[in-house]
Amino acid sequence: MTDVTPDSLAAARPPQSQWRNVWDQFKTHRGAVWGMGFFIFVVLAVTLGPYIWTIDAQYIDIRARNSGPTLAHPLGTDQLGRDTLARVLEGGQVSMAVGITAMLLALVLGAAIGVVAGYFKRLDGPLMRLTDLFLALPLLPLLLVIIMLFRDTLRAAFGPETGIFMLIVFVIGITSWMQTARIVRGDVLALKEREFVIASRSIGTPSRRMILRHILPNVLSPITVSATLGIANAIITESALSFLGLGFPSDFPTWGRLLFDSTDYLQQYPERVLWPGLAISLTVLSVNYIGDGLRDALDPRIRGR
Amino acid sequence: MRVRTLLLGAAAAVAIAPAALAERGSDGEVKIIYWQAPSTMNPYLSGGTKELEAASLVVEPLARYDQDGNMVPWLAESVPTVDNGGVSADLTTINWKLKEGLLWSDGSPVTSADVVFTWKYCADPAGGCAQSEKYNDVTDVKAVDDLTVTVTFGVPKPFPYGPFVGAQAPIIQAAQFADCLGAKAPECTDANFGPMGTGPFRVTEFRPNDVISFEANPNYRDPDKPAFATVTFKGGGDTASAGRSVLETGEFDYAWNMQLAPDVLGAMEAAGKGTVVSAFGTLVERIMINLTDPSPALGDARSTKAHPHPFLSDPAVRQALSMAIDRALLVEIGYGAAGKPSCNVLPAPAIYKSTANDGCLVQDIEGAKKLLDDAGWVPGGDGIRAKDGVRLSILYQTSTNAVRQDFQALIKQWWSEIGVETELRNIDASVFFGGDPGSPDTFQKFFADVEMYANNFDGTDPEAYMANWECKQAPTPETQWQGNNMPRYCSEEYDALVAKMAQTGKLEERAELAKAMNDKLMQEYIMLPLVDRGRVSAHSNTLGGVVLNVWDSELWNVADWYRTKTQ
Repeated sequence: MTDVTPDSLAAARPPQSQWRNVWDQFKTHRGAVWGMGFFIFVVLAVTLGPYIWTIDAQYIDIRARNSGPTLAHPLGTDQLGRDTLARVLEGGQVSMAVGITAMLLALVLGAAIGVVAGYFKRLDGPLMRLTDLFLALPLLPLLLVIIMLFRDTLRAAFGPETGIFMLIVFVIGITSWMQTARIVRGDVLALKEREFVIASRSIGTPSRRMILRHILPNVLSPITVSATLGIANAIITESALSFLGLGFPSDFPTWGRLLFDSTDYLQQYPERVLWPGLAISLTVLSVNYIGDGLRDALDPRIRGR
Repeated sequence: MRVRTLLLGAAAAVAIAPAALAERGSDGEVKIIYWQAPSTMNPYLSGGTKELEAASLVVEPLARYDQDGNMVPWLAESVPTVDNGGVSADLTTINWKLKEGLLWSDGSPVTSADVVFTWKYCADPAGGCAQSEKYNDVTDVKAVDDLTVTVTFGVPKPFPYGPFVGAQAPIIQAAQFADCLGAKAPECTDANFGPMGTGPFRVTEFRPNDVISFEANPNYRDPDKPAFATVTFKGGGDTASAGRSVLETGEFDYAWNMQLAPDVLGAMEAAGKGTVVSAFGTLVERIMINLTDPSPALGDARSTKAHPHPFLSDPAVRQALSMAIDRALLVEIGYGAAGKPSCNVLPAPAIYKSTANDGCLVQDIEGAKKLLDDAGWVPGGDGIRAKDGVRLSILYQTSTNAVRQDFQALIKQWWSEIGVETELRNIDASVFFGGDPGSPDTFQKFFADVEMYANNFDGTDPEAYMANWECKQAPTPETQWQGNNMPRYCSEEYDALVAKMAQTGKLEERAELAKAMNDKLMQEYIMLPLVDRGRVSAHSNTLGGVVLNVWDSELWNVADWYRTKTQ
């Protein structure tokens, strides 16, 4: 909370920028602030963590296998004696990068297609049929074909890990924009009939400005919600791909991979699924809270109350 | 009688194998659990192991395999060979002679007519016999007299022991199945559910896919056997609960096929009610080495003989890769009691097992490094060895499976210690083993430097299996990538050995040839065997006489089973 009341603030200072207002409103949402804090913490941990905790995530110390938490291995080790903390940190890097990039790709695609389909009546039919087409495509065979066709070329051009990273981000992005597109289109269709849109159309606002100024800010809340879901979805899809052998090499840790590997040992070593599971769920939860706070902060009707 | 009882008591007290002295039916009931339930008792109408094994309590073949894969006469007096005149010199006929005085469980005598009928039953094209490959190339089976049959083959058979040998080809009673030939075979429900047999037990009640009850066969040839009066054969459930019922709760005496993780099985065994037993067949987990260049730049010539592999065609590299592997540790991590380290791609039966390659059982990282140094592969700035600009960088593929991925990670680390870089790839098993010529990821196409999988062969004769690595068996685009010679190995000497084996009838000579072929593959490091994977079963601590057998039915010696102590 700010230490001055909004009334005195408005009187004392010149009018603030819109984003300043958004931030002020965002700060009042406690969950969002916590979520933001945790998210930043996770991002810092997975990017800087491996420089502090320097055990190699792929190093096998077979004598220390299946060890519980000790000083040498604070989170224990897996069935081959690889350090769980190092693996969670390194796995997080990949999972976060895949999650965020794939989500951004899906979001941009989905929002663009949704807005265009909702706003321009002529494009509505073709674009929505395209969306239906993508929804109807069986995901797995599609992935198989894409990966089969491009894996070797990308691997040769960028190396096994970067090549697969680009492929996976692309594949997840290209196959998960449809829900966003549909939701956004629905909202745009409703918005289009609202008085303020009709009013601004009546004074001759061009379509480009109309979309950017009036439509897009008003559909931001469904977009942020699907963004938060998108990160989770991307992390999970990546792990499913790894499980089928289509993703990263099997010894290359990602959160999803760690989770899948540990499920075999659920009965004997339940703590082993805990860490990657916790990392995934807390990250997703924090992103959800950020989304919630953002939605409130971006809604002018709630802002300033 | 009283004296005998006293003697029995004394014998039991000093715990001398009670079976030797027990009377028929003196040990009460034995309970067997198979977590897959049999649906018929006729082994000729089902290819399933569960049906074969249930039926093996009742029907028996002329000869079968013991736990070492050696043939032992069962209903026959002896095993015919070229030496004893039972097999003709041109390898086209074989004469079997039945033991005298054999009776079916209904009291009627077993004759050569039953043997001839068994062949007719399975050979009937309308019958859909599940074991017809056992009778391949048989042109005629004739009864010479009441106890002798002659089997004639259309081609020379160096290994003529397909028909009437093993649990897949037992003798059935002509009188019972006379009206069940051809298309009528599945309709004879009574006969299929309760076949007459010569075995130690006979069916009293058969409930398909559930429970089978047996009682001791009153006409069994050994008057003192079986020790058990009845058998309850329960089918169905899952592996873990079957294991638990024998090892933890003791409800059952014998559980079949315990495919469980080593530590899960270990925890069950710790309960102290039962014992896990394992036996080893021919299933070997191995790394195949690609002797041809899989580089994508080669297009259609990828992984074909036109381009030798840039560094794996150097035997020193292949040997170093083998030396760096600790096979005992792989067994411990992946299979426990169900595996043992193997240095042979042909690990069994005993007569075919070579001992010339056992050096690979010991991991030797330093030796591997030295070998590579001497061969001119020296570490570069990144620790990876190279020679003339060729880096030792390997793409290592296998199917998706938790144990295989653990193996990959371990082996990658060992190879990195000797300066070899490894990239791992795992492929969905249905694609990897699918054999689709359109997919680049099949194990036949082998678009990788090394690949790992397990393979074995049916039965006990390795001739066809060892012929897999003939030159012409290499998968190529011309053969639609079919073939079993994954390493694309090509050696005239090896092909000559294969050709020689196809013409050799004597078992000892065949064994020598098979060993020579195995040794050649091993000593050239064409493939790196890792683990001999066995079969695991569990029996109660009170059940004696169990000898696990991977070559025949697991219940092959059920007549010798007994109760060690009463509870």
